[in-house]
Amino acid sequence: MAAELALLFTALFAVLIGAGWASGRLSERAGADPDDMANLAERIRAWWGMIAILAVAFLLGEVALLLLFAFCSFAVLREVFTLVDRHRSDHLALALSFLLVLPIQYATIYAGWYGFYAVFVPVYAFLGAPIVSVLRGHTDGFLGRVSQVQWALMIAVFCISHVPALLFLDGPGFEGRQMLMVAFLLLIVQASDVMQYVWGKALGRHRLAPDVSPSKTWEGLIGGVLSAALLGAALHGFTPFGPLLAGTMALLAAAMGAFGGLVLSAAKRDRGVKDWGHGISGHGGFLDRLDGVAFAAPVFFHLTRYFWT
Amino acid sequence: MRAFLRRHAARLVEGALVTFVRFICAPRVILSEPIGTRTARVLYANHTSNADTVLIWAALPPEMRRRVRPVAAADYWFTSPVRAFMGRDVFRVLPVERRPEHREGDPVADMAGALDGGTSLIIFPEGRRNQGPDPLLPFKTGIFHLAEARPETEFVPVWIENLNGVLPKGEKIPVPLICTLRFGPALRIAPGEDKAAFLDRAAAALAAQDDPDAPPAPDAPPVPDAPAPEPARGG
Repeated sequence: MAAELALLFTALFAVLIGAGWASGRLSERAGADPDDMANLAERIRAWWGMIAILAVAFLLGEVALLLLFAFCSFAVLREVFTLVDRHRSDHLALALSFLLVLPIQYATIYAGWYGFYAVFVPVYAFLGAPIVSVLRGHTDGFLGRVSQVQWALMIAVFCISHVPALLFLDGPGFEGRQMLMVAFLLLIVQASDVMQYVWGKALGRHRLAPDVSPSKTWEGLIGGVLSAALLGAALHGFTPFGPLLAGTMALLAAAMGAFGGLVLSAAKRDRGVKDWGHGISGHGGFLDRLDGVAFAAPVFFHLTRYFWT
Repeated sequence: MRAFLRRHAARLVEGALVTFVRFICAPRVILSEPIGTRTARVLYANHTSNADTVLIWAALPPEMRRRVRPVAAADYWFTSPVRAFMGRDVFRVLPVERRPEHREGDPVADMAGALDGGTSLIIFPEGRRNQGPDPLLPFKTGIFHLAEARPETEFVPVWIENLNGVLPKGEKIPVPLICTLRFGPALRIAPGEDKAAFLDRAAAALAAQDDPDAPPAPDAPPVPDAPAPEPARGG
């Protein structure tokens, strides 16, 4: 497993060096928009930081990766709660989301207690949050307020926690190599994001949802998702599956990721913001980088669990 | 020896506090114009929470944080050994006596003296925490007297957003939320500008940061000779 990870991170750093060189050449070209170029350079710098942090976490092992994603859940929850309709009477529900829901979800993932963490947020937190709010008795906008807390918990805690949950699955023939599946999922979703952009630039004609995201096209979506499927088939050694099943899993993860990005863009428009936050310079907030991952992770996790364990 | 220990303890507490504030509030600073860290100026902010001072202080870049002193009530900060340590060594509060009958010196003169020495100030011109529905309470006159005493000094409005949501009055557990600090364009007192006009203008400039899409605050009356930019002090 160490050899595959070393190869993967070497390849990623090589891609970043190439991207840095390309962005330098682009910005020398006449007619390059200096703001766009500055943002591109900033994004590439942030990618260096993100990949370096991931590399260290992979080096340290499962617990470090779990804690890294717990921190991501925390940061995303903080971003989403900043933008929800809040009332004083929801304060305790918000506080308990951080103090109870998030730690319990990650602790039970660490314990491998699937029967609990699969239903904890969608059942217990879902029902508990409105109970905590209703005891404070403020009914104006109650349904909307409570739904937003539930939604935030599902995306930030439930969905994102399914990335490290892969580490604690166990099945035949792939023991001790679960970290590769996490690398596979993250790589497929992020690569499909980049490739959707490239295909969209090259061939894009038919807009996907012009009111949500004017730059996204069907051509970009299909090209990006199919490219991700090919990449997934090629990297099937990172999964317990053969090329066909690994490619299909990559296709599903990439498609979920693409639609996750679209859904969360619509949520940003609804809240009147361009980015979820400012945590990752050039990219926006943590959720701007993890929107696709949040939608892909639970589906990828459940299919992996079904086909493998 | 004790001074040495105190100084290092203060640095440690500073680091811990800044980390804690970043964790809970992830402060996001939005500048409307570049802000030099060398010039002594007055940052004035809306006051909705007891943690306002700590938030601004922690959000400033370190080189500026070390050159700024929050102006705060002497009767709060120097009543217990822990508060005195926090006030004197960590925040380096510039104490002002709120009760005139207890005053020995002149608070405006103290503030002007700190500015002359190259130290920036953080003030809350509303004078007390705003817990009502209005975005701002009427300003106390101290900010005008300070501007009159040091007409060259720039006053920078800082709008603090969301901090009250982190820990509303009466709650015990803070909720992590992103707090935004909007620094508006700096303003100076205009020659001959009277108290009411300056207070209105300063309050409008601060309130304008509440809604960044709102039209800008009314301009200063025309100034015959715009004062030259302040020379960099110290360093």
